[in-house]
Amino acid sequence: MQFDSITAFLDMGGYGFFVWLSFGFGFIALLILVLQSKSALKRAKSDIAKRIVTEQKQKLAAQQQNNHR
Amino acid sequence: MWKWLHPYANPETTYHLSDRVIPWFGWLSGSLLTIGLVWALLFAPADYQQGDSFRIFYLHVPAASLSMGIYLGMAIAALCGMVWQLKLSDAAVAALAPVGAVFTAIALFTGAAWGKPMWGTWWVWDARLTSELVLLFLYLGVIAINNAFEDKQMAGKAASIIALVGVINLPIIKYSVEWWNTLHQGATVSKLGKPAMSLEMFWPFVVCFLGFAFFVATVTCIRFKTEILLRNSSRPWVKNLMLEQAE
Repeated sequence: MQFDSITAFLDMGGYGFFVWLSFGFGFIALLILVLQSKSALKRAKSDIAKRIVTEQKQKLAAQQQNNHR
Repeated sequence: MWKWLHPYANPETTYHLSDRVIPWFGWLSGSLLTIGLVWALLFAPADYQQGDSFRIFYLHVPAASLSMGIYLGMAIAALCGMVWQLKLSDAAVAALAPVGAVFTAIALFTGAAWGKPMWGTWWVWDARLTSELVLLFLYLGVIAINNAFEDKQMAGKAASIIALVGVINLPIIKYSVEWWNTLHQGATVSKLGKPAMSLEMFWPFVVCFLGFAFFVATVTCIRFKTEILLRNSSRPWVKNLMLEQAE
């Protein structure tokens, strides 16, 4: 262990601001990347599922119309 | 010799492969990053000149080298797409570009936050910093072109050309510290030969680097799945998959 106390750890030998600014930015950027990637996959799946449902409904409606004739 | 590769030109096989590897890559990345960052921030010795500000190294260098590695991977995918007309390559290019852009941004930001206490300035227009900034713009260009066309195939082609032309920037970034006078220090870690740093500092770096590399792999696979789905949305296998998951 390089640091004697939590305050020493946070202070980073006087460079605390720069070290934690860097790691904070990195953490937030990567977190946003993961969340955005996951939500994009979810959105793509639900969009495709919705389109399939609409297509099936249209097919069904077309069939019913044919049956009535 | 190349026969084992052929099934992976099939989007369905590759989709399922990515699906299977994501949890492994994710866990590897999570555990390596936890170990590596705790080691780097708490146990690695401080630099004799730069003190504890040197700990930014453990984020800055992996981010910077991965930003170039991702670009190389993206360019190889683009080349395969143009030569062999593989549609999956376009999906790979589209999946990699945002990941690379984020890593480039991290490299630039942490570089600035490290430059301020060490050089006395957040930014200088020198060769290394400027060429890395150009890399960010290349990534943004690929992303923008991919989003600019309705037709995914056309978008893929245009984005691949930009990705390939931009490869010229990679050796410029790599050798900028040797070709020009610059504030940026030379390479501390190289693939060949011994690292120019003590092993106590080097091992946590290796663990952090691998952790970030597996992070890239995880996120890229997630994005790759999305891109494959969007490009194959009217195929029967996608329909069956969606119906299975809806149940």
